[in-house]
Amino acid sequence: MKTYIFKRLLTMIPMLLGVTFLVFLLMSLSPGDFLTPIKAQRDISAEYIRQLEAEFGLNRPWYVQYFLWLKNLLHLDFGYSWTYKIPVVQLLAQRAPCTLLLSITSLIFSWAVAIPLGVLAAVYKGSIFDKISAFLAYTTLSVPGFFLALVAVYFAARTGWFPTGGLTSIDHDYLSFPERILDYAHHLFLPTLILGIGGIAGLMRIMRTSTLDVIHADYVMTARAKGLGERAILFRHVLRNAINPLVTTLGFAFSGLLSGALLVENVMNYPGLGQLVYQAFLRKDQFVVLGAVVLGSVMLIVGNLLADLLLAWTDPRIRYDK
Amino acid sequence: MTSNLFRQILQRPTGVLCAALLAVLYLIAIFAAVISPYAPSDQNLAKTYHPPTGLVWHDGRLCVRVYKLVDPTEALYRAEPDRLAPVHFWAKSAPYKLWGFIPMEHRLFGVDSAERIYLLGSDSTGRDVFSRLLYGSQVSLSIGLIGIFITTVIGVTVGGLSGYFGGPLDNVTMRLTELLMAVPDLYLIIALRAALSAYFDSGQIFLLIVGILSFIGWSGTARVIRGLTLSLRNRPFIHAAEALGQTPFVILWKHLFPNLLGYLIVTSTLSIPGYILGEAALSFLGIGIQEPSTSWGLMLSQAQDMKVFMLNFWWLLTPGLAIFVTVILFNALGDVLRDIVDPKLKTQV
Repeated sequence: MKTYIFKRLLTMIPMLLGVTFLVFLLMSLSPGDFLTPIKAQRDISAEYIRQLEAEFGLNRPWYVQYFLWLKNLLHLDFGYSWTYKIPVVQLLAQRAPCTLLLSITSLIFSWAVAIPLGVLAAVYKGSIFDKISAFLAYTTLSVPGFFLALVAVYFAARTGWFPTGGLTSIDHDYLSFPERILDYAHHLFLPTLILGIGGIAGLMRIMRTSTLDVIHADYVMTARAKGLGERAILFRHVLRNAINPLVTTLGFAFSGLLSGALLVENVMNYPGLGQLVYQAFLRKDQFVVLGAVVLGSVMLIVGNLLADLLLAWTDPRIRYDK
Repeated sequence: MTSNLFRQILQRPTGVLCAALLAVLYLIAIFAAVISPYAPSDQNLAKTYHPPTGLVWHDGRLCVRVYKLVDPTEALYRAEPDRLAPVHFWAKSAPYKLWGFIPMEHRLFGVDSAERIYLLGSDSTGRDVFSRLLYGSQVSLSIGLIGIFITTVIGVTVGGLSGYFGGPLDNVTMRLTELLMAVPDLYLIIALRAALSAYFDSGQIFLLIVGILSFIGWSGTARVIRGLTLSLRNRPFIHAAEALGQTPFVILWKHLFPNLLGYLIVTSTLSIPGYILGEAALSFLGIGIQEPSTSWGLMLSQAQDMKVFMLNFWWLLTPGLAIFVTVILFNALGDVLRDIVDPKLKTQV
């Protein structure tokens, strides 16, 4: 198993080289650079601009710039953000926790809703509850996430019950510790709900199907035959086995932890990584984009690996190395 | 196979309903110019953020209420109690061209030019939301079909060839698909959009968006088709065709493709929503379809204004509803098709 993991991690290197090369190429293809707005100003001398260009290596061809960037990467130097004037690593480290917080709360939310709903839908198969939950799952699968986010902002603005954006209030720094936690929770509520709803339907369907598979298994019948209570059967025998397919999806959830909230963050004005990346794309803040792409791609590849490993962990019949 | 599929859809109520509603949507999109009372860029700066006009039955004919602007700062309109404007059917309008070449002078309905009929209200420059919704459907509904066509052609060609021939070709294409799949989708889309926008003018943005979405999408199709081709590759009927001396392309086209058709129809239907949502998301972020063209995503991005939220201009959110309905219809139709093509996959009921 160790050699398998090692091999998979090794294949990440050419993959990341390819990904960064592709993104570098794409960014160099688009006209202008981050100095374009400065160049348009008349009061900045041409000499100063030339000096800046030399400083950032912008006067060299893009493939030279790419290799310079790679060289710096070896020292874990991801470059410098031109708009924020701080190192990219620092910038990403500032924003990533916000996105991580949002992704994790929404993940917990969707699991907490999907598992009971899926199990109940399977237990009461064919009932009105099953039909309603199936219909709701269908509906949430078809609503675009950014539209839901827009409706949520609309709701917040109309009722005034929730803030319409951000992660903290203006007076956050003056609050006591418990009040700060409440302040975070207040701001996180709607984004969590919106991001979480998208995940519920899929998880619920998986949970329902796997519970239905397990519920008719022989060992469940045995448990029932020996007179075990329904509650004990459900929690000890059915649930534990039925949850396996869901555990595998954790790997894929990991993939999207940092890059999955881009749209919702932008609509709901949430100060996370997605908002940063989108702004950086618009401003041609090259190294910020590259840093985020590297981060996102690593998460994606590791997430896929994680999903495979979790599958083997929950189902011992699967072996990857021969 | 396809005629059989069609007959089977007709036997299922859900299938009939979804197919019929989708057909209606596409008909509306095709005849958008005739059905909508105004051109999509028809402004009226005296009537911005106008609420939907009320319809009443009066003196044996359909009339719309006439509204008066009470408070311009809040865009507050009030219906005037006894002023009504009759709705004319097949009303004369400013000349326009249907599908770009048929000169027309009538629209399906309209009111006298002094008044305005806003079935779904007006936006920040007094343009009719209903008309824009209809025109926008042309972009939003066609992008899925065109996108899925391009994706399928590339995916089947690449996947089929690499599955059939194997070897270095297979190796190269599969690494390429892995590369494309290793970048988070939205990042790649935005990067492509930023890189290529300079080479397209605003009228060609539609093509650019379709191109980008297909470029992202083909890798998944190619991988599955490759897998299916690999499994069919060693079946006796392929060996027989090879023994008869048929060329690889004939084998791919005549023997492999028909076997993949069922799968392709199902996945295509189920992936069309992805394209519709992709275009909507891009336009929503402001990097998709540009003014003066219109699409559902673009209309929603204009609804992001705080003014819209604060003053309750709910009708500006209707494009979201349109996207939702279209997507749910495609999803439901796809499920029906899957049950027909592959009953084993059927979700347990």
